[in-house]
Amino acid sequence: MAKKSLVPVETANGYAQLASEVLARAKACGATEADIVVADGETLSVQVRVGAVDRLTKAREKRLGLRVFIGKRSATTSTSDFSQESLERLVADTCTLAGAVVEDVVSGLPDAVQMATDQPDLDLYDDTVLDTETQIDWAKRGEAAAFAADQRVTNSEGAEFDSSSGRVVLANSHGFVGSYKSSNFSLSVSPIATDSETGAMQRDAWYEVQRKFGRLASAESIGQEAAKRAVRRLGARKVSTKRVPVVFDQETAGSLLANLCGAVSGYGLYKRASFLLDKLGQTIASELITVYDDGRMVGGLGSRPFDGEGLATRKNTIVERGVLKSYLLDTYSGKKLGLPSTGNASRSVGESPSVGPTNFYLVPGTNSAQEIIGSVKDGLYVTELIGFGINMVTGDYSRGASGFWVENGELAYPVEEITIAGNLKQMFKNIELVGNDLVFRGRITSPTVKISEMMVAGN
Amino acid sequence: MSDLIQLSKFGVTEFEAQHALDRLNVRDVDYADLYFESRTSESVSMEEGIVKRAAKSISQGVGVRATAGEKTGFAYSDELTKKDLEIAADTARYIANSPKGDSPVPVPTQRRPTRDLYPVEQAKAEVATPERVTLLNEIDAEARRYDPRIKNVMASFNTEYKVVAVATSDGTLVTDIQPLSRLQITCIAEDGDNRQVGSFGGGGRVAFEFYREGGRHLGYAREAAREAILNLSAVDAPAGVMPVVLGGGWPGILLHEAIGHGLEADFNRKKTSAFSNLIGKRVASDVCTIVDDGTLPSRRGSLNMDDEGTPTSCTTLIEKGILRGYITDKLNARLMGIPLTGNGRRENYQSVVLPRMTNTFMLAGESDPQDIIRSVKKGLYAVSFGGGQVDITNGKFVFSASEAYLIEDGQITKPVKGATLIGNGPEILTKVSMVGHDLKLDNGIGTCGKDGQSVPVGVGLPTIKIDEITVGGTRS
Repeated sequence: MAKKSLVPVETANGYAQLASEVLARAKACGATEADIVVADGETLSVQVRVGAVDRLTKAREKRLGLRVFIGKRSATTSTSDFSQESLERLVADTCTLAGAVVEDVVSGLPDAVQMATDQPDLDLYDDTVLDTETQIDWAKRGEAAAFAADQRVTNSEGAEFDSSSGRVVLANSHGFVGSYKSSNFSLSVSPIATDSETGAMQRDAWYEVQRKFGRLASAESIGQEAAKRAVRRLGARKVSTKRVPVVFDQETAGSLLANLCGAVSGYGLYKRASFLLDKLGQTIASELITVYDDGRMVGGLGSRPFDGEGLATRKNTIVERGVLKSYLLDTYSGKKLGLPSTGNASRSVGESPSVGPTNFYLVPGTNSAQEIIGSVKDGLYVTELIGFGINMVTGDYSRGASGFWVENGELAYPVEEITIAGNLKQMFKNIELVGNDLVFRGRITSPTVKISEMMVAGN
Repeated sequence: MSDLIQLSKFGVTEFEAQHALDRLNVRDVDYADLYFESRTSESVSMEEGIVKRAAKSISQGVGVRATAGEKTGFAYSDELTKKDLEIAADTARYIANSPKGDSPVPVPTQRRPTRDLYPVEQAKAEVATPERVTLLNEIDAEARRYDPRIKNVMASFNTEYKVVAVATSDGTLVTDIQPLSRLQITCIAEDGDNRQVGSFGGGGRVAFEFYREGGRHLGYAREAAREAILNLSAVDAPAGVMPVVLGGGWPGILLHEAIGHGLEADFNRKKTSAFSNLIGKRVASDVCTIVDDGTLPSRRGSLNMDDEGTPTSCTTLIEKGILRGYITDKLNARLMGIPLTGNGRRENYQSVVLPRMTNTFMLAGESDPQDIIRSVKKGLYAVSFGGGQVDITNGKFVFSASEAYLIEDGQITKPVKGATLIGNGPEILTKVSMVGHDLKLDNGIGTCGKDGQSVPVGVGLPTIKIDEITVGGTRS
């Protein structure tokens, strides 16, 4: 039953040692190049519902991913079993798999000279270890605040407090070894409000995630915001079909930015599956739009000192005053497009690198959200989008929406069961106001934005 | 699955499992289980005419759970030593916070699964990577042969081989081998500046031969190519409320989103579903009878047993328009005092069990599909969809068409661009006025997400007519 590990692995040094042994084994097996990711983590998750503990989850896990190249053929594998026998089999399997695929002239590790030479501490880790009772208390207080905030909050999908921490070690056959630790603390509260006359229910949620426990907003403030958001949806109705200006709040504007992020990702581009194909250097958005991707923002939720191939992360200008300045690339997709990597390789253990954002954000403008809503005579303020009606090849966009109807610059009443539709190519060009309310709540963030016109379908 | 799998497959003795269950046996714990899982996943993928990627992943671990009243304590580990099991058990029983129970837990006795929906002898036989590579190469050639405007073909073939064992505090030990595979193809068509995409795929709990039977893989390739080429001539979709005819098969995603999720027992126990308190009430027109059936041989959504060891079943959700039942797992069935339907599912050992759908479909009606289309003066005929989503609490759901046509004066005319359809779950099926006699199940591509967990599911639908639903196009 007992499994023998190659080395005592529970430390960064242990993992680096493990990685170097596996790399040596891969080389002996015929690999010309290889890299390894080892990730481990601990999680404690607490969910409470209507004042009582609903679910408690605790776990430790670890995983090792191996990518080998035999000349220009490559394969990727992963395992959670670090025993000697398992890793020997993994290396052999990987080399066999690599032998079975076709040569791809573009494949390979980045050049040795490109590897990150500095690994700054980006303040991503907090060694605070919370006990179960503390987490239960936070979740209970968050949910209680939502119930207390408004008597129309009658039920709850619960409140969840999660804490997690982990380590990533990346090593390759160029001799690069990188490692960093990170942590996350988050609280989300999901209350349900009921209309006492009709019995109709509405759910909404509010959440916060921070690298440092001490930076979390109070449980009470998160619960109160969640309640406010659920209650304000009560009495929502459909509106008639018409073409109007549409204001996206921070959350939904963030989803538009995520669509942009997808469209500038190297893999979609070289496969000719992006609506921003061949647009580098061209105007793709309103001149109010400047977008950065900054991998080294201190304490950022998307920050990392090096990317999934060991290249230094950095701040890239993606769009500058409406002009597309850079794609997001790793080595492979960059080579396919004849461009250098932008340090955006993202790596899930066990998969070959892909491209991902770090901290991808729209630079704030000057207007408050209130001023932006105030500029709309007859239109829609969107606060939630559902569904997957986005065609990344054509930019065609059609999603379910809910929010508020705006009349003469004021939120008039909540709306639901409508769709908004357009084409992303045109939508980015039609952004006519950008808010001053950027808050880094995730990896991809945006202030409020207003699009001059979209088709709203309802009655 | 005629073989009984021994726990030793996971490096654990029955004594160790018994010991862990015994630690979970504290007074307030109603139920506890250990879920052992070993999973091997392999994939090969092709783009630009070459198979350039191959991947394999192996994971093994145990999920340990105790429930007490409404509370669930859960821990998981990728180490399967006696000590790791003990730590996990101690974490899971934390929720009960009560002294040791008086009666000993029964020794789990191994029970044979009652049926074998996906004989794995063939699937078990390792399919060598070169054979998979050949399959993808043939697909690429076929799609490009379909039309010279097909400029790129992306195809992937994924297989998963999962061995599970569930040991429970009610004294059973059940095991299953669950093979699953899927072939997915996406084509990009270009005509000048006009670039469009088309996709098709299929799979199930089937052996590799399934994909070659009668050139099935080539049929998939032609379908993906056809959809991409068709979309080159698509016009803007209309916006507003109109009659919509849904084709058979995958458009059954309507049922999954509009009613399926809303009938999962957890939301109804918590009274957070738009369907709470509607049992026995009319939620659909009387031509609609809808079931969730996990017992169909070889289907993607089927299981011999659910992830709590309960045999799956065929549950009638809606009978002639009347809401009949929910789909349940052990926790929610016990708390609600309703039948156990064998729908307790989890993505893997790292996830908790939730009530989830298996294969959800509407039974065939009596209408001729041609008559259904002829009955529409101006509307939409939608035959293929991308994803969908639902807000359980207010019942609003969406699903997005990827292949649709205008119906004008009873005739299918121009193809239209994809558009999202939006409706209200408890209401939409009351607007179904005709149900075709042509029930079709989907090809085996569905993956359902809930609470961050993905599980394979199936859907099915005959051709149906919805008298009115909001179509989210761009053209007024």
